[in-house]
Amino acid sequence: MALDQTGKTRDFKVVGTRPNRPDGIDKVTGRARFGADIVAPGMLTGRILRSPHAHARILRIDASKAEALPGVKAVVTRADFGDVPDHVADIMDNCMAGAKALYDGHAVAAVAANSAAVARKALRLIEVEYEVLPSVTDVDAAMRPGASVLHEGRQQETVPGGMSGNVISRVEFGHGDIEAGLKRADRVVTRIYRTAATHQGYIEPHACLATMGPDGQADLWVCTQGHYMVRNTCAAILGMEQGQLRVTASEIGGGFGGKTTVFLEPVALMLSRKAGRPVKMVMSRTEVLRATGPTASTSIDVKIGMRKDGKITAAFAELRYQGGAYPGSPVDMGSMSAFAPYDLENVKTVGWDVVTNRPKAAAYRAPGAPMAAFAVESAIDELAKGFGLDPLEVRLMNGADKGTRASYGPTYPAIGLKATLEAARAHPHWKAPLGENQGRGVACGFWFNFGGDTCVSLNVTPDGTVNVSEGNPDIGGSRASMTMMAAEELGIPYDQVRTIIADTGSLGQNEVTDGSRVTFAVGLATIEAARAAKREMCRRAAMVWGIDEDAVEWEDGAARPAGPNAGKFPPMTLKEIAAIASNSGGPIAGHHEVNAEGAGVSFATHMVDVEVDPDTGATRILRYTVFQDAGKAVHPSYVEGQFQGGAVQGIGWALNEEYIYDKDGILQNPGFLDYRIPVASDLPMIDTVILEIPNPGHPYGVRGVGETSIVPPLAAIANAVSAAAGVRMVQLPMSPPRILAAMQGRGRA
Amino acid sequence: MSRIHVTTTINGDETDFLCDAEDTLLDVLRDRLGLTGTKEGCGTGDCGACSVLVDGRLVCSCLMLGAEAEGREVATIEGMARGDQLHPLQQKFIEMAALQCGICTPGILVAAKSLLERNPDPSEEEVRYWLAGNLCRCTGYDKIIRAVMETAADMRRAS
Repeated sequence: MALDQTGKTRDFKVVGTRPNRPDGIDKVTGRARFGADIVAPGMLTGRILRSPHAHARILRIDASKAEALPGVKAVVTRADFGDVPDHVADIMDNCMAGAKALYDGHAVAAVAANSAAVARKALRLIEVEYEVLPSVTDVDAAMRPGASVLHEGRQQETVPGGMSGNVISRVEFGHGDIEAGLKRADRVVTRIYRTAATHQGYIEPHACLATMGPDGQADLWVCTQGHYMVRNTCAAILGMEQGQLRVTASEIGGGFGGKTTVFLEPVALMLSRKAGRPVKMVMSRTEVLRATGPTASTSIDVKIGMRKDGKITAAFAELRYQGGAYPGSPVDMGSMSAFAPYDLENVKTVGWDVVTNRPKAAAYRAPGAPMAAFAVESAIDELAKGFGLDPLEVRLMNGADKGTRASYGPTYPAIGLKATLEAARAHPHWKAPLGENQGRGVACGFWFNFGGDTCVSLNVTPDGTVNVSEGNPDIGGSRASMTMMAAEELGIPYDQVRTIIADTGSLGQNEVTDGSRVTFAVGLATIEAARAAKREMCRRAAMVWGIDEDAVEWEDGAARPAGPNAGKFPPMTLKEIAAIASNSGGPIAGHHEVNAEGAGVSFATHMVDVEVDPDTGATRILRYTVFQDAGKAVHPSYVEGQFQGGAVQGIGWALNEEYIYDKDGILQNPGFLDYRIPVASDLPMIDTVILEIPNPGHPYGVRGVGETSIVPPLAAIANAVSAAAGVRMVQLPMSPPRILAAMQGRGRA
Repeated sequence: MSRIHVTTTINGDETDFLCDAEDTLLDVLRDRLGLTGTKEGCGTGDCGACSVLVDGRLVCSCLMLGAEAEGREVATIEGMARGDQLHPLQQKFIEMAALQCGICTPGILVAAKSLLERNPDPSEEEVRYWLAGNLCRCTGYDKIIRAVMETAADMRRAS
C-alpha cells in the first residue's frame, strides 16, 4: 500500500487544535441516544435466566410454565439455535449454554414479555435441572493434573502430554540463549507475580433492540464497539445473510474492549424472530459483572539477569493466563509485549492459555499487556535498585530504538520509547522531594496498535458543506478527530464538516473500534477519501477552465491552476465547485476502502508517587505523570484524556479491583459497591506529556493512543508502593490488607 | 394490577403519570416519560449516573420510588439548559473535553450544578468529594474536576 511519508514538516491548520466535539451538545443535554435509550412500536422486554452454578451439566429445561404465563411472547433456549458454524460455536455457547453451564451467570434461557415484571416472573417459572460439577477458577489450580476439566478434546498439539485438559495452548517468542545470558549476569531476579481478573467497568450496561420480520430481514440497534462485527457474528449464529441484517450502533457508554463481542444480541434477535415483535434487552450491572468479558487473571514467572552496570543479559518469562470458560485468553499478546520495550540479546517468553469456570475474557485495553508489564517492569526495578542504579537510566540503557529487533520478531522503525524516558528524566516530577512513607515508581509500556478493514465515504453537499460517513463507534471523541482530518485535508473550516457513524448497510466492512485503530486507520481512510474528492473537484475546475486536469492543484480549500503555464484563472473554492456539480457531471464524493497497515507501535513511561499508611496499608496516589508518544496528536485534549483514563484504570487494577470467587466458583462482588473502581476523591490530577514521533505509516504521522496508557501503571504503582512500604509487592491488587501483611512480614521472608 | 397516579413537577412543568408501586423514579423518567437523559449504570445507587434533584436535594433516582415524587419538584439533565442557552457547566464540559463516552455526563452535570449552588467557591478536594458518588470510567476525572473548578471561577466573576 502506497502511503505518504511524513519526512517533511507540515504546517497543520486544524490538526493539533482543540475544537468542540460534534456530539458535545447531545451529550451534555441528555439528548444523545445510548443503547437503552430507544423504543420501538410493540416492543417487548427480554430477560435472561442465568446459571447459579459455576460448572453444571444441564440435564433438562422445562419452559412450559413460563410459556403459559400471560404476557410471555417467546422463550428461547439453546435448542432454538440448532447447529452453528464452527467459527462462532464458542460465541454461541457463551451467549446461551448448551450441554453445560460453565460459569456463575452463564445464560441458560431467555424470555420476551410485554413487561419487565412479566419477564422476571417468567424466568422464575423456567425449570432447569442441573448436575453440579466440580469447578475451578484459579489459573494455577486449573493447570494441575486432576483439576476439573471444562472441555474435552480442545487441547492443542502445542501442549505437552500429561497436562490438564484446561491447558489449551502454548506459545513461545524470543531469540538468543537465555542460559548463556544468565551466566553473564551479576545478579538474577526470579519472582512469581500474580494479577487478579478485572472488568472494563464501562458505566453503560450492554443493551440492544432487535427487530426481525418473517421475511428474514432484521434491524438491530446496539451499544457496541463494532456493529459490523455484531452483524457478521449474529448472521452466522442465526443462519442469516449478512446483507439482511442491518445493525446501527448507538452512542456507546464506554467499552475499553468489553464491547468487542456479542452477549445479548443473538438472543434478542432469536426472541424477536419467535415473537414476531421488537425485543429490547438491557443488562443489569450484576449481569455485566457476572457474565460479560472481564480480563484474564494471571500467574507469571520472570527471570532476568543484569550486569552491575545495568545491562540486561537475559530475560525470560513464563505467563499463565486464564481467559475464562473458552479458549482465547490474551496470553499470546502478553507474551509478545512483555519485553517489547527492550533491546535484548537473549529473550524468551512462554505463554499458556488456560480455561476456568469464569466468564470468557473479552479484550480489555491493551489485552494481555498490563499484567506482563507488571511482572517484567517490577523485576527490572528490583534489579536496578539492587545495584543502586537509576531505574530510568537502566531503561534507557536497555531501551528499544529504531532498528531494534523486538522480542516478538519484527524490527522497529522510528519509535518513541526513549523519547518518553528522556522526557520523564527531564520532568520536575522526577526530582521532586518525597516524604516519609512515600515512594516513587516508574515503568514503561508497549502496545502494538492495529489498522484493519476500514471504509470512509465523504460527500460534498450542493451547498459545499461536507459529510463524512465512517463505520466505527465513537468511544472517546473520534468523530471530532475525523472531522478535523477531513477539514485539514480539504482546507476548509472544522465547522464545515460533519461526521456520522453509518450503519452496516451504508458502508463496506469495518473492523471493530479496537487496537487503538480508529484515529489511525479511519483517519487515514478519511484523508484518502478527502483526497479522492479533491481530485474530482480539480477535474471539474479543469473542465470549466478548459485546461488539463493535471494542471490543477488543490490548496487552501480551492482548486487553482498549477503554475503560470496552466493559465490564469481565479481559484474555484469548494463551495463554488459544489454549486456547479450537477452541471459538471453530477454529485461529488470521495471514498476510500483499505485494510490499513502501518499502525505504528506505541510506548509510554509512567511516573507515580504514592504514600502508604503504615497502620492500615492503604495507598494514596499523590502525583502521577504520563509520558507517551502519540505520533501526531490530532485533538490533544482527547489524547490527554486517553492517557489519563488509561492511567486511572491502571490505578484501579493495581490497588482495588478484583474478581472475588468463593470456593464454589460463585462471584462474590458483582456490583460497583464491592467491585470498586476509582472515584474522584481517590485521585490527584493526572499530568500528561505528549511526545510526537511521527508514525511513517500515517499521512499525518498519527499513532493510536488509547491502549498503551494502561500498560505501565500496574508496575509503576507496584514499584512506588514497594519503595514506600519497604517490601516488594508481587501480587495485585495491592489492597490494604495485602500491603499490611507484606509490611508485617518484612525481614521474615 | 392497580397503578398509582402521581402528580409532580419535572423541570418546572407539572406532570402526571401512572406507575407501578415497584417502579423507581428512574424507571418512570426513562420508560414512562421518555426522559432518557438520566442513565442507569447500576440500579443500586453506586454509580450516580441517574442523579437528579428532588426538591433541590441530589438523589440517585434508582433508589427512590416513582410514587414518592408526588407533590415534589424533580430536576433532570433535560432541564439544565434554558432553551438554546447551555448552563455554564455544560458549555465548559464541552470546551474542556470533560467527557469521553458521555454516559456519566448527565449525572455529573446535575451533581456539579447542585454543588455550585451550595458552594460557589469549592476547593479541588471539595469537588472531588462531592463527585465521589459519580463514577466515570473514561476520563480519570482530571478534566471533569478542572471543568467544574473553572466554571465556578467564571460564575463567580460573572456574579
